[in-house]
Amino acid sequence: MGHLVARRALLAVPVLLVVTFGAFALAAASPFDPVKAYAGTAALGADQETLDRLRDNLGVDRPFAVRWWEWLTSALTGDLGHSSVMRQPVAEAIGERLIWSTLLCTVAFAVAVLLGTLLGVLAARRPGSLVDRTVTSLAYSLEAAPVFWIALLAVWLFALHLDVLPAGGLTDTGSEHVTAGQVTSHLILPAGVLAVSQLPWFTLYVRQGVGDALAEDPVRGARARGLAERTVLLGHALRSGLLPVLTLIGSRVPELITGALLVETVFSWPGIAAATVEAATAVDFPLLAALTTLATAAVLAGNLLADLLYGLIDPRVKLEEM
Amino acid sequence: MTTRRIKGAAVAATMAAAVAACSAPGGGTDGAAGGGSADSVVIGVPSEPDTLSPLLGYGKDGNSKIFDGLLARDADLELEPALAKALPEITDDGRTYTYTLRPDVKFSDGEPLTAEDVVYTYETVLDDKTNNTAKSELDAVKEIRADGDDKVVFTLKYPYAAFPARTVLPIVPEHVAGEQDPNTGVFNTAPIGTGPYLLTGWSKGEKLTFKANPDYWGGAPKVKKLTMAIIADDDVRATRLRSGDLDGATLPPNLAATFKNDDGRKTYQATTYDFRAVTLPTGNKITGDTTIRRALDLAVDRQAMVDKILDGAGRPAYGPLPLDDPWYAKDVERPQDLAEAKKILDRDGWKTGTDGIRAKDGTRAAFTLFYPSGDKVRQDHALAYASDAKKAGIDVKVEGATWEVIEPRMGKDAVLAGFGSTGDPDFGLYTLLHSSLAGDGFNNMPHYDDPAVDEALETGRRAQNPDDRKAAYDDLQRALVKNPGYTFLTHIDHLYVLDDRWGDLTTQVEPHEHGFASGPWWNAEDWQPEK
Repeated sequence: MGHLVARRALLAVPVLLVVTFGAFALAAASPFDPVKAYAGTAALGADQETLDRLRDNLGVDRPFAVRWWEWLTSALTGDLGHSSVMRQPVAEAIGERLIWSTLLCTVAFAVAVLLGTLLGVLAARRPGSLVDRTVTSLAYSLEAAPVFWIALLAVWLFALHLDVLPAGGLTDTGSEHVTAGQVTSHLILPAGVLAVSQLPWFTLYVRQGVGDALAEDPVRGARARGLAERTVLLGHALRSGLLPVLTLIGSRVPELITGALLVETVFSWPGIAAATVEAATAVDFPLLAALTTLATAAVLAGNLLADLLYGLIDPRVKLEEM
Repeated sequence: MTTRRIKGAAVAATMAAAVAACSAPGGGTDGAAGGGSADSVVIGVPSEPDTLSPLLGYGKDGNSKIFDGLLARDADLELEPALAKALPEITDDGRTYTYTLRPDVKFSDGEPLTAEDVVYTYETVLDDKTNNTAKSELDAVKEIRADGDDKVVFTLKYPYAAFPARTVLPIVPEHVAGEQDPNTGVFNTAPIGTGPYLLTGWSKGEKLTFKANPDYWGGAPKVKKLTMAIIADDDVRATRLRSGDLDGATLPPNLAATFKNDDGRKTYQATTYDFRAVTLPTGNKITGDTTIRRALDLAVDRQAMVDKILDGAGRPAYGPLPLDDPWYAKDVERPQDLAEAKKILDRDGWKTGTDGIRAKDGTRAAFTLFYPSGDKVRQDHALAYASDAKKAGIDVKVEGATWEVIEPRMGKDAVLAGFGSTGDPDFGLYTLLHSSLAGDGFNNMPHYDDPAVDEALETGRRAQNPDDRKAAYDDLQRALVKNPGYTFLTHIDHLYVLDDRWGDLTTQVEPHEHGFASGPWWNAEDWQPEK
């Protein structure tokens, strides 16, 4: 297990190098003008001299490879640079947001996995039953529904119609202090929506996996031995039925990030997703590179986690061989 | 109304609009849901400032809650003293402006304001190394120096009558900002000023919170807490206003209309300098032709655009200055006259072809009109313009694109542009029309070049006598009718909905940019809670 982690960590280094280099190259090739992004709406009224002066001051005309190297070397010493669009150090810009995005994604992911597994098992227990049909059709509808739409619907229902949950923000808009209670009540809707948008995948995979496992010999054997239905379902079928879900967990990470973007937008959640888009369209090299590194690391870690879980749960897989 | 919604709105927008409509009948009862105390106010705005440092351009047009300028503007946009004791003393034929500072003004960290702070602020803004986007607005300044602790003297390169309007620029404390790099220092996000409010928190992309400055030289504000929530999406903003989460918000006309019958909230409609116009590039054979320009100017139905596109929230634009501006020349107002448009085209040899489009010497009267994609109001203006032009036999092809695509083509293709500055006619008009600024960034986009207009701009800029200035700007507006390098279409009103716990409030006439420093909350520090 330690070997696997060490090997993956080693492999992550070249991957991260290539990805950040690619981010710089793509940003340099993009049609977005960093000077205009920096100046914001003021650019639309600015004269050429001002734009030229900013271009010079920001040093945006230097080749991207040079800028990448500069970023990389100073990043290795712990200095992530200064974000031109956020007007603050990159480390600070990310630090302020990462915690809220992480909280949102972790809660949503945990809910989606747990609820998805529960619904999947319920549906798989009696294929074709009312429960199965309800869960499956619900899952397919949710899969097709845009996250943005679900989010607006949730705001309408819970914040407007029932008036039980806040419509957005991290805390009550008028409040200055971040308290656990406030964050919790403000987290329910966005995390719930994000969870619901991820839910169908887990539900359908678990249903399929557990359904297949129920028809396999080991499970049939367990039933024949007279073991309790509960033990058969949870101890045997679920265990092997969960395997495909584990790989799914890793592969859902990127989508979790894009989903979080929409959810963060609708609920004015002060997370990192909006910053990512802003960094990209503003060609804010230092911020973009740091965020790309972070996202890549998240995906790599997601895959590693899936593999580790796989090794722990599936007796046929030996971690040393991965 | 219904057809407009169906026609234009995207799926999400339609849905949210429908949601808004559904719950509108109940709006009256939950109108008081905001219910917060009258000494705290929460406002929803679409965007936040990039920085809070005046050195980089924050608050340059006044109305900063954290800072004050030497001068400020009242509800009628008249200049009034702020950090300066009185309006400036003008000497040396309009080349020297002397300001005397108000005594006993302190920054929020307790340090007194001195003339050195003023000098530092202006010198840093004028420094080439400072990334200030509006530096050129202070182009006239040759030198600034402190004369003792309480006097500041500006020496200008040329007489500039509009100069005092620039001195609403917020003043920063040298003892704090001077210790940092103005481009990257923490002052950008943690400002210290002399203003009525102190920044207590800035969660980027979410909100800015302020509390009243108890030691404010103008008297402690009655509204003790001020929160500006940043909500980019119009529908989400309307929803949160309805849910009582916000006390007020900036809204587009169709969403503001859903609050019309709400007893607990008031809708404020601010008139503006914010015009929508079509640029007619001099470098294009068709749009550069004066007859075509004049025909287009006569053919457009401005009132229909106000009624149908803006739901009545706006006014026809017969030039860059709005109808109620003191500098507006009343005699340039002209109705739509399609017959006259056709007549002048016929007279000049633009003959109608078989496809209904005119041509002259083998050149078809056709050109492309770009609008920035995603801007619904500009898109609607562009389409209406094309349809009006068609009636006169001119083929306008409307295309949406991003600014990256549009910018390189501005010299050849028409653009549905929007601008407008408050303060002084010189601010908006010079950069819009002067031939020396043709194609200079986003200044004078169509490369407009008319000697009579140039001369009027120069006179308006340099003359000291207001009557001479007025005459110059009258000439300019008439010259624009003879040679319209832009087709001015509408001035759009900005709409705000606000809980009425604070009684009747005012709005200023607003520039193109709005949201944060304008709206009824432009003077929140002066509000008197009713209950």
